[in-house]
Amino acid sequence: MFDWQFLCLLVSNGVLLGLMYALIALGFVLVYKATDAINFAQGEFVMIAGFAVAVLIGSHGAPWWLAAAVAVAGMIAFGFGLERVVLRPLLGRPVVAVIMATIGLAAVLRGLGPLMWGAETRSLPLPISDEPVIIGPLLIAPIELVGAAVSLLFLAGFSWFFFKSRQGVAMRAVADDQQVAMAMGINVERYFALAWAMAGVVSALGGIVWGNLLGVDVHLALVGFKVFPVVILGGLDSIPGAIVGGLIVGVVENVAAGYVDPLVGGGTKDFAPYVLMIIALMFRPYGIFGKRAIERL
Amino acid sequence: MIHRECGVLHTTYAADMALFPLPIARKSVAAIGVLFLVLVPIALDQYYLSILNLIFIAIVGAIGLNILVGYTGQISVGHGAFMSVGAYAAANLAVRLGFPFWLSLPLGGLTAAAVGVVVGIPSLRIKGLYLAIATLAAQFIIEWVINHFTWISGGVQASIEVPRPSLFGHAIASQREMYFFLLLFVVLAIAAALNLMRSRIGRAFIAIRDRDIAAQIIGIDIFRYKLLAFAISSFYAGVTGVLYTYYLGIANYEQFQIGVSIDYLAMIIIGGLGSVLGSVFGAIFVTLLPIAIRWVMESFGDLLFSPAAVHNLIPNLRLILFGSLIIFFLVVEPEGLNRLWRNIRNYFRVWPFAY
Repeated sequence: MFDWQFLCLLVSNGVLLGLMYALIALGFVLVYKATDAINFAQGEFVMIAGFAVAVLIGSHGAPWWLAAAVAVAGMIAFGFGLERVVLRPLLGRPVVAVIMATIGLAAVLRGLGPLMWGAETRSLPLPISDEPVIIGPLLIAPIELVGAAVSLLFLAGFSWFFFKSRQGVAMRAVADDQQVAMAMGINVERYFALAWAMAGVVSALGGIVWGNLLGVDVHLALVGFKVFPVVILGGLDSIPGAIVGGLIVGVVENVAAGYVDPLVGGGTKDFAPYVLMIIALMFRPYGIFGKRAIERL
Repeated sequence: MIHRECGVLHTTYAADMALFPLPIARKSVAAIGVLFLVLVPIALDQYYLSILNLIFIAIVGAIGLNILVGYTGQISVGHGAFMSVGAYAAANLAVRLGFPFWLSLPLGGLTAAAVGVVVGIPSLRIKGLYLAIATLAAQFIIEWVINHFTWISGGVQASIEVPRPSLFGHAIASQREMYFFLLLFVVLAIAAALNLMRSRIGRAFIAIRDRDIAAQIIGIDIFRYKLLAFAISSFYAGVTGVLYTYYLGIANYEQFQIGVSIDYLAMIIIGGLGSVLGSVFGAIFVTLLPIAIRWVMESFGDLLFSPAAVHNLIPNLRLILFGSLIIFFLVVEPEGLNRLWRNIRNYFRVWPFAY
């Protein structure tokens, strides 16, 4: 007999995890949307923020809200600094250069985290109980509910920002055409920095939520690899795309892991999203909501 | 280095594009040949030869990746996986069918080339970032497949022991014999790449890198040439994997994970994109970097840190230096070590005059 409860469990879990993926993917989309740059270090941003919060709570005894605030502020500063030092000199250079710079940045952060704070896995305690919430047939970890709520909140917030606020509209203009935006009197460089700072904020939140779920060590950065299937499926420059892509990836990887793992002996969770992504790249490379780029000479 | 180019006048395109554009080049290549064939193997002991061997393997891989990234402008974050394809193909052929190295090595390369072409197919529709992500996906998928199919990976811990390569019944076992074995492939790899880039194919690659739509308009079949670039590049990668496998005596997927792909990208960026000599410089630099860090930390690290901390420090320091160097070269000197070398050479070319 087909076990419906098992499937429901997998799907509900996938939906919540998917929303948490969407939160991290949002950082990626923000940067891409505004600056056309690709951040291969998104996972490392999350890791560094997670480390900062875990160390502040664990070693310095800070209350969690203070640690979170410090991490958010720190990541904003980091985003601004990064844009100024690394990304701005690379303006107008080929895509490969920007990709490689962020890969280099990822290596630096992955070495820096354990170098400063040790290689052991730290816990990131939040005042959220570990007892699963039972809703009908579903068992749900409270942190996943909180994480999903936080991501929905921020996704909604950034959608509003991009479509209604003056800065958001300016940022869309910058993304659309830098020269025209400049001619309209928009300070392009300021908006680039702002985009990286916003990515920092989102990463800090992602670091807190995911750090609580997985524990903080170098492997937290691997969450970043999940971002690529999410953004490719949803479309690189689309905030709703990040949600939909996150949901698809979350559900697919959970269901695939539930049903395929017993057959092949593990690892499907990391593998299934990439297969899905390859298929998406073949048929709809600009994603579900992405803007199709037309190239001219 | 000190020579004059006066009186060297090229009157044909063929002369201008010759492998040795100046008479002195023949002499310097001959000198380098004597150095590596005679002096180095006599002068150095096993330890230094083993480092040189690692550099040789890296050179082959770096040249291959540079053909794809530096010359054709198609990024690949999956070269580690292509290497593992070559390594496992050759290991399986050598162990199950008893193939000698001169059969399993090219076959391993060809298998990697076939896989590389399949991965490269999306490159017609997608480019830049999308291609980077697609090759990243290939890296994960190939790793997963090798890890989960015991038919490929040989079961326990996904590793296959391979016999030593043998020539005329003589097994190549010591570091010194390995040195000559690998040197042969380095020479082949360099010569093949230099000649490829002088040919019609190489010029097509460069045209695609500079502007692919424009290249298509002037009649270059970009689909064909992009796939060809992927095939050649992953053939090099496959051969690198096979060489590494023969060098270690074991094929193991852990030697070819995502970190390796990034190491090779670092080599060509630090060395210089779109330059064979740059690939060589980059391979030397990136292979020596961790050895140098280890040496420095083991010699002087105790002064500042406890022994346990030093142990933790070495791998992390390596990552940090690595990443910083990538960023540094991208921002400050995008043409890499090759450019620095050219600047030095140009300075001495007219020395002691200003110009």
